[in-house]
Amino acid sequence: MADILFYLFAAIALGTALLVVVSKNAVNSAMFFLLSLMGTAALFVLLDAFLLAVLLVLVYAGAVVALFLFIIMLLDMQGGERKPFKRTTMVASVIAAILLGVGVLGFIQRSQLSHAPAGSDVVAVGATLKGYAAQLFTTYLLPVQIVGFLLLIAMLGVIVLSKRFEGLEDVK
Amino acid sequence: MTIGLNDYLVLSTLLFAIGFFGVLLRKNTLVIYMCLELMLVATTLALVAFSRFNGTLDGNVFVFFILTVAAAEVAVGLAIIVALFRRRQTVQVDELNALKN
Repeated sequence: MADILFYLFAAIALGTALLVVVSKNAVNSAMFFLLSLMGTAALFVLLDAFLLAVLLVLVYAGAVVALFLFIIMLLDMQGGERKPFKRTTMVASVIAAILLGVGVLGFIQRSQLSHAPAGSDVVAVGATLKGYAAQLFTTYLLPVQIVGFLLLIAMLGVIVLSKRFEGLEDVK
Repeated sequence: MTIGLNDYLVLSTLLFAIGFFGVLLRKNTLVIYMCLELMLVATTLALVAFSRFNGTLDGNVFVFFILTVAAAEVAVGLAIIVALFRRRQTVQVDELNALKN
């Protein structure tokens, strides 16, 4: 059963990811991106990482995709539809992507990962909230603090970037 | 046959390659940015799979941090794109050629 679900959600994630790349309209791309994230969140559930699945849906599907749609609406893409791809760009990107994929896949095949234990043999430590809390507030306490500051800095950066400064009209 | 670590890694690789393909192919800055996010999500999938099949929590905690950083990154990146659009009135990369020649 879990196998069928894996293939189903893998197909959703991959197919919609491809549609993000090829769809003509930026809004459609954002919608397919949302679907791809949903597929990935379902795969997280299959991997027993329930908290991360919920966070992925909340942070990515909730905040990031909404922000993307908002910016697409704000910039009001002229013409909407993209121009057809140039043949050279198309061929070069396909070759580059295939090279990257084959390189990493070859690396995976040559490693000893096939001897890794099956999922049923290992305790799913990511399934409980308690483990996250214990890790985040002991081993990873400093990174948590730093990430908090990072969010603050990002907020300040966005404010500075979007503010118009009087008398500071920049050079063309 | 049960789904093992290998299958998740293959899926993660394919997702990453598709994101890379999009970054190379598309000319719209916003879609390029979406494809970058796709690549980031693909790597988190690999981390969660490693964590699950090794019985440790570290990979999951890394993904937790990656999600936070990605949220901050998206906010700043989109602000930069909006600032760029205000200046140049375009988001197509082949028209953003101020550094050419």
